[in-house]
Parts: sequence; structure tokens; C-alpha cells
Amino acid sequence: MSSSQASSLGPLPDERGHFGPYGGRYVPENLMPALEELHAAYLAAQQDPSFHAELEDLLANYAGRPTPLYEAKNLSRELGGGRIFLKREDLTHTGAHKINNALGQVLLAKRMGKKRIIAETGAGQHGVATATVAALMGLECMVYMGTLDMERQALNVTRMRMLGATVEPVTSGSRSLKDATTQAIRDWVTNVKDTHYIIGSVVGPHPYPLLVRTFQSVIGKEARAQLLEREGKLPKAAVACVGAGSNAIGLFHPLLDDPIDLIGVEAAGYGLDSGEHSASLSAGKPGVLHGAYLYLLQDPHGQIIEAYSMAAGLDYPGVGPEHSHLKDIKRVTYATVDDTQAVQAFMDLARLEGIIPALESSHALAHLRELAPRYAKDDIILVCLSGRGDKDVSQVAAYLEKQK
Amino acid sequence: MSKDLREQFANAAEAGRAAFVPYVTGGFPDHGTCGELIMALDGLGSEVIEVGIPFSDPLADGPTIQQASQAALEAGATPSNVLEAVGAIAGKVDAALVAMTYVNPVLALGYVGFAQRAAEAGISGVIIPDLTPEEADDWLEACDKYGLAPVFMAAPGTPPARLERILEAGKGFLYYVSMDGVTGSDLELGTERLAAMQRVRATSSLPVAVGFGVATPAQAAALAPVADGVVVGSALVRRVQEAEGPAEAVGSLSELAAQLRGALVR
Repeated sequence: MSSSQASSLGPLPDERGHFGPYGGRYVPENLMPALEELHAAYLAAQQDPSFHAELEDLLANYAGRPTPLYEAKNLSRELGGGRIFLKREDLTHTGAHKINNALGQVLLAKRMGKKRIIAETGAGQHGVATATVAALMGLECMVYMGTLDMERQALNVTRMRMLGATVEPVTSGSRSLKDATTQAIRDWVTNVKDTHYIIGSVVGPHPYPLLVRTFQSVIGKEARAQLLEREGKLPKAAVACVGAGSNAIGLFHPLLDDPIDLIGVEAAGYGLDSGEHSASLSAGKPGVLHGAYLYLLQDPHGQIIEAYSMAAGLDYPGVGPEHSHLKDIKRVTYATVDDTQAVQAFMDLARLEGIIPALESSHALAHLRELAPRYAKDDIILVCLSGRGDKDVSQVAAYLEKQK
Repeated sequence: MSKDLREQFANAAEAGRAAFVPYVTGGFPDHGTCGELIMALDGLGSEVIEVGIPFSDPLADGPTIQQASQAALEAGATPSNVLEAVGAIAGKVDAALVAMTYVNPVLALGYVGFAQRAAEAGISGVIIPDLTPEEADDWLEACDKYGLAPVFMAAPGTPPARLERILEAGKGFLYYVSMDGVTGSDLELGTERLAAMQRVRATSSLPVAVGFGVATPAQAAALAPVADGVVVGSALVRRVQEAEGPAEAVGSLSELAAQLRGALVR
């Protein structure tokens, strides 16, 4: 459906899930039938008006779409340059773009007759969204989360449990998103017959990068239409944070054929030179993790390096295969922002606009300080405000306290 | 140097047995002890010995092998030094040696580079659980060049058409995953499961080795009539983990391995 919008780049992914050389299916054999089943269910759903009707109803009346497009005039004035518009995914039910994908996938799970849902989560927003839709559909739900992330996102752990999900602590490796994902895949290998794995980003084996993109493309489609209607023109630039990359693909994909500068912002953590960051595109090289070929943080022996970002949702050592391809063909530019800059942007938006953004989204906002002045006063810069910052308030407060 | 895998299975069959295919994690608990474990398994008459090349995120492995892999990585194991260590003893073993690892450590050396080093180390075949025939063209070419057998997996849910494709791509033997699960899970061998294995074996143009969850001589005995070979990994690795030191590890692992091999008589 949305592939026509990327016509100048060819219909990607190809039949076997490749974006250029990236993507594909690198999984234990046990999962291959499940991936075929999911792909078939997805294709059938795309052809089925009742699927779209149900999803659109849920997006409108449950998730709260369309989300507003808000012009941040105070922030624009402070930074100088272009007019900044925020696509308010933070105002969806559960507080982040993750609900778009969770709703789409849970409907697929229902069509496939699955009884149980599993998910992995970093910041907890995908876990909360999954627990929410599982509760809505009456499905059993298990969410894997690294113990480090459980500490820094305690509020979301409580929310998931209240929603009836089991939060399974993962203690291996970096105790964050990578290890939660590895554990979720192992669970899936074991329970593949009755379980659907709701992957939360544009990673994993084909068809996940395709279907997460499809469900998140609502962000870019809506924003594009809203700008055309209200301002009568397209933005000059669109900006989003990139961990594994779902909100960014959601924003970028419907804009790929337009003459718009697209900028993804990765987390530089303590700085690219420190080695402690999550900037897979800026500082990694291609390899295979969690079922796909993509840009990865890895050592010379092919062992995965643990990523670091203050933003738990960006703390992943890989980035989606479509982003990997868009980087190589130079259609999207990828920049980096460190923890300090992200916290500054977090505080700025709160102070100037009365909006507390997620630490993840704060990375996109932080890059505006460099980006906005490059544009003329009537140019529009579209930013995805992927989530709200309630979950990060105590973490940021502690960070600021330490800086004193 | 490297041995013909099919021949190893044929030899076992001639002796009225299913082939014994034990697994060790390369570089665990250290290269020297790992070499001794391989020698001990060879001394017991293993037909094929699987050597794991540790990876940080082993999707198909359970906690036992994951922990062993992690310990080996922390002790400095790399694909290159594990292959080197294997190469140093390969000439002394009668068993065929097979490497088991994941795609990313292979890619770090490149498909061709990895295949070359594996062949030089006397490895006969390579199992990569997260590489299916669909993505394996370059790998198959590299294996061909260096005379390595690319070993693929089939699982209970693999439909007949896929099985055919997997058998076409693979060489040496077919690794049949006994269940939906990771290595070291509890394996229940009901009649239905055994019948499914028999069906796969009847279709297979390659010898079929069954693995995942095989831990006891009773399980090995139940599998011997329906499989050309039986793979045992986690149960043996656990013996090494629970041992007080290298000497005890070799003794304890050998004791279980001897019982398992003894149970494979048809």
C-alpha cells in the first residue's frame, strides 16, 4: 500500500524482505513457518477492508488519532531560523507512537488465532502499548525487560503490571533492550505455535520491518496532510530520533518522494569518542542481529557491543534495515546528540512550550539547535515528538541534581 | 584433514548404532581444557564432535550454553582463536569436527575468510542456526570452495517443501531440531514426536542427527532407532560448569558421554 510512495527508490523491501542488502530473515528454523504465517496474515489484512476499518476505528477512538500538529513558536523564536512544528505522538493513548504499531499487530495476532502475546521493551513505552492492547483483546501478555531499564523506567513497569502483563526481568548482558529482545526471541522459538511476538520497532526478521513501518507510517501521512491543509506547503525538513528507528521511519516513509531534508538523530550517549553510545549508523558496521542484516555496534570478532544512552528507548546496538539502506543511498542524513544535549532540550521544551518530552524525542529536539538556523524564517521543520516524558521525570531530576 | 561426515554416520550404522554427536563450547572453560574435552569425547568413540564458537546473543541456545559462551567470551575466546585451538588438535582425533556458531561472528571474518580458516583447522562442516538456505548463497559458495559441509536445520514445523529445499542446500547431515525450544529445554519423546522424526528421516537424502534437549541415556536410547545421529550439548556443558576444576570437568563429562554413547545401540 505505501510502497508506491517510495517509487523512486523501488518497491522496498523486496519479496524476501531486503532493503538493498539489508533486512532478510536470519532466524532459527523453528521461526520460519511463523514468519511465513505472519507475512501471509499481513498481506491478507492489507487486502481486507474490515481490517482497515477496525484499525482505523481503534486509532481514532481508542488511541486518539489524528494527533495534533503543533507549531512551537516559542522554541522557534529561541532557536532562530525555520518554523518548528511538532507532530504530537506524545498525545496518543499510552503516551507514545508505540500504540500505532501495537494496535496493528494485535489485530494480526487475533486474525492468526494467537492466544498469547510477548514483547520486548526498553523505555517501557512499547511494553505499555503491548500490555494495553493485550488487555483490550483479552490476550495473555509477557513483556521482557532488562533489569537496568526496569530500574530507570519503574513507572512503566508498574503500568504494565496494572494492565495485567507479566514483566519478565532480563539479567543477561547489558540488562537493557538488546538482551530483552534476545530473551523474547528465545521465548518465541519455544512457544511459536500459540504466541505472537509484537516487535516494537523496524527491526527483526522480515516481515517485521515492513509491517511496523506500515503501522507507523500514519505519523508521516497525517503530518503531511495536516501541513498541506493548514500551511499549503510541505516542510523543508523532517527530524526524528533513531534508536532502532520506528518513529523515524513512520515520519520519513511517506515523505521519501518529496524534496524534503530527512534527518535521523542517534544517541551519542557520553559522546561518540567515549565508545558509550547507541549510534549504530554513525559508528557501527553492517552485521546480523535479531534476525536481520543491518548496521550494528560490534567488535572486530562480530560480538555485539552493548549500546548506551540515557534514553532507554534508544539504547539498542542496531538500527532498522530500511534506515541502513537510506543511510547508504544518502536519502536520510543521520546526526548524533549526546546525553547532555538531550537533557538540555528536554528542559527547553518544558520551559518554553509547557511540554515535557520523552528523553528519546529530546534527541530529535536537541538537534534543532544546530539545524533550525540553517533554514529561512518561513521554512517549516517538522519534528516527531514521539513520546511524552512522564516516565523520565525522576531520571532527569536526578541527572540535574548530579550536575549541580 | 577434514573427514567425510556421511561416512562417519555410515560407520556408526554399520556397527548397529546411531552416531554420537557431542557438543562442547569452544574456549570454555579455557582453550586447553576444551581441547582435553574434545580428546576425551573422541576417545569414547564419538563420530562427530560439535565445537561451538561463542556469540554474544545466541538466539537458539538456552541458558546453559549462553552462560558457557559468555564465560568463554570473557576469557577472550574469538572465532579465530577457537579455530586455531581446534586446528592444533584436529590431526589427533578420529571424529569429524563440526563448528557451530551464528551468522555475525562468521561475517566478521567474511563467509570466504571463515570457510577458509575452518577448513584449515580441519573442520568438516559448519552449523549456523540463524542462517537459513534463503540467505545462504554466498555461504554455500564459500563452503564449496573449501570443501566444507554447510549443515542446515529442520524443525517440527518445517513444511515438506521447505524441508526439500533445506536438504538440497545442505551437505554432510541434516540437523533436526527435536522441538520448538532452545538448546537444553526439557525434551519429551512421545510416540508422535518420534513418528515425526521417522518421517523426516524417510524423506531425507542426508543422514539425520537429532538434537536439542537430549540429556539422558534413556532419551538417547529412544532416539537411536529413529535417527542417524544424536546430538547432546547442554547436558555435557553443564557437567563442565558444575565441576570444581579442569580434571573433574573432563572426568564428569566423560562419564555422562560414555553412558549416552552406550545407549545409542539399536
